[in-house]
Amino acid sequence: MKLLVTLKRTPQRDARIRISEAGDSLDLDNVQFEVNPFDELAVEEALRIREAGAEVEVVVVTVGGEECQQQLISALAMGADRAVRVEPSGQSLDSLRVAGALVAVARREEPDLVLAGKLAVDDECGQVPAMMAGLLGWPQANQASSVELSEDASSLRVVCEVDAGLETVTLALPAVVMADLRLNEPRYASLPGIMKAKKKPVEVLALDELGDAGSTRSRVTGFRALEEKSPGVRIDTAEELVRALEERKLV
Amino acid sequence: MTDTLVVIQAAAAELSKSDLSAAGFGSQAASAAGGVFDILLLGPMASSLSSTAAGLGARTVFTMSSGELEAYTAEAYASAVEAFLEGRSWRLVAAATSSSTKEYFPRLAALLDVPMASDVLKIESSDSQRVVFTRAVFVGNLLATVELEAPRALVTCRASEFEPPAAAAEPSTIQEVEAPSGLAHPGKSFVGIEAASSDRPDLKEADIIVSVGRGTRGPGEGIPLCEKLADTLGAALGATRAVVDAGWMANEFQIGQTGKIVAPEVYIAIGLSGSIQHLAGMRNSKTIVAINTDPEAPIFDVADFGLVADLFDAVPELTAVLEKRGG
Ligand SMILES: Cc1cc2nc3c(=O)[nH]c(=O)nc-3n(C[C@H](O)[C@H](O)[C@H](O)COP(=O)(O)OP(=O)(O)OC[C@H]3O[C@@H](n4cnc5c(N)ncnc54)[C@H](O)[C@@H]3O)c2cc1C
Ligand SMILES: Nc1ncnc2c1ncn2[C@@H]1O[C@H](COP(=O)(O)O)[C@@H](O)[C@H]1O
Repeated sequence: MKLLVTLKRTPQRDARIRISEAGDSLDLDNVQFEVNPFDELAVEEALRIREAGAEVEVVVVTVGGEECQQQLISALAMGADRAVRVEPSGQSLDSLRVAGALVAVARREEPDLVLAGKLAVDDECGQVPAMMAGLLGWPQANQASSVELSEDASSLRVVCEVDAGLETVTLALPAVVMADLRLNEPRYASLPGIMKAKKKPVEVLALDELGDAGSTRSRVTGFRALEEKSPGVRIDTAEELVRALEERKLV
Repeated sequence: MTDTLVVIQAAAAELSKSDLSAAGFGSQAASAAGGVFDILLLGPMASSLSSTAAGLGARTVFTMSSGELEAYTAEAYASAVEAFLEGRSWRLVAAATSSSTKEYFPRLAALLDVPMASDVLKIESSDSQRVVFTRAVFVGNLLATVELEAPRALVTCRASEFEPPAAAAEPSTIQEVEAPSGLAHPGKSFVGIEAASSDRPDLKEADIIVSVGRGTRGPGEGIPLCEKLADTLGAALGATRAVVDAGWMANEFQIGQTGKIVAPEVYIAIGLSGSIQHLAGMRNSKTIVAINTDPEAPIFDVADFGLVADLFDAVPELTAVLEKRGG
């Protein structure tokens, strides 16, 4: 069985991102990067499926420049077997093009399952994996909080955190599953894991080798800070609070 | 083409606040582009909701339902909209952000090969080739301007940012559309859904939300005090991730980046610190009240009214003052 995990390099989860002086780009000079938290969950889930006994190869894939190498190595250090990086050669790609490139990798690798994060914490689009499912024609499950492989490894039972509660679905493989926060607790890479990661293969593919159609139709053209909120008032007692809310006709 | 299609999942007996906001988005998008908007009601309740939907100012309300659309699956819903669009065209196809549209709209974008913008807050401009939106990025800490350059695009909109449309002068035409067969994916089946039953208002519908953090120390301690306050106010209950992770409340109560995004009239944050991921889900609330023992807690940075106090004293006091006033 083969599992393909998609992974994006994103700013550290609590980083405060600032806009450049000019106001049109981001000032990322002092920002640390990591594996997108939801993708870390996806890697962890793949490793758990492998550890549950099945004969499994775990391949991680990212679309991004040289700077993403470190995040692939982090996933390899957690225990993934090998990595693929699609080099966009400086082009800015929209979700559909990223999904297209990942699908091209999926067609080469022929995985039984694609595990992805439900959201990248930088652009917060939550689009790429479901687009992959659409392009591949595979069934999908979003916001997964539990994944269970059937005994014959032909299907998955997935619990998804939906607006109304917890939804259970079954997916025949191959399929695409998107990880949510409660899926698992990702492990830290062990020292031997980190040593071994350096020897694991990272294949680099050029975007045009993968048959990329080549038009980016969605782009971010500027950033703005949130509107400043006027400072609130400190209240000392419950009574004062109720009075203040009453004055504003809120209760 | 300058028209907008708003897709509404017709699963409940009534249109929700989000559905009305989606129609509001449709009306704004249509006027930005100089066109009109239509509504597609998709699902088992499509026909019964059509007369209410016809009062929202759309040109036409289309209804589509079939056995395969009875229980929602992303695969069937994406294929249904794809089939519906065959031979028809709209500038924008829109829906309110929800756990369903997060799942099936990107799938649909791939099936149609059109770009998509997720969870937009504002329409900046729209013409036949280019549409520009504002949306939140980086855990809601920044706003980005997003441009989609294509004659057709998909968009989900954050319901709390769009007012329902003004009452329509004329009802829409209602048109039933036959659903093609073969919508369901053979590899996907819906098993069931488990929802915490509650008599309190729904988070997305409520005017007041009482939100519970780890400082409440759980169901045996502070949470019942917050529930009592919520009931006195007729409020919905919300929670932080820490509370849900601890198993104190069910996942559907989580507010934040990975939970629900809300913007009620009043948000009362109790014993929660105000992490950036939590703020991402509630910072646009009209009035924010925070109760926390730590005067440095980041929730006070966004609070209109801050009460530095032990919740175990302050919450019962607040409930008592409100009860006295009401009685
Ligand atoms: C990728 C990612 C996504 C996330 N998504 C979400 C999300 O969607 N929603 C979310 O909420 N979190 C989310 N988180 C988690 C988030 O980072 C915080 O860990 C979480 O919000 C903290 O919850 P809390 O405020 O209840 O707990 P804490 O941060 O522990 O805060 C408890 C607060 O209670 C106060 N307190 C303690 N005792 C009392 C008392 N007696 N009276 C009054 N006050 C008291 C303390 O001063 C403290 O401020 C996410 C994290 C990650 C990494
Ligand atoms: N450049 C990328 N390379 C690999 N995977 C990606 C990339 N962008 C997005 N993804 C995957 O898609 C998920 C959702 O991303 P997004 O649609 O950008 O919010 C992420 O959690 C990743 O698993």
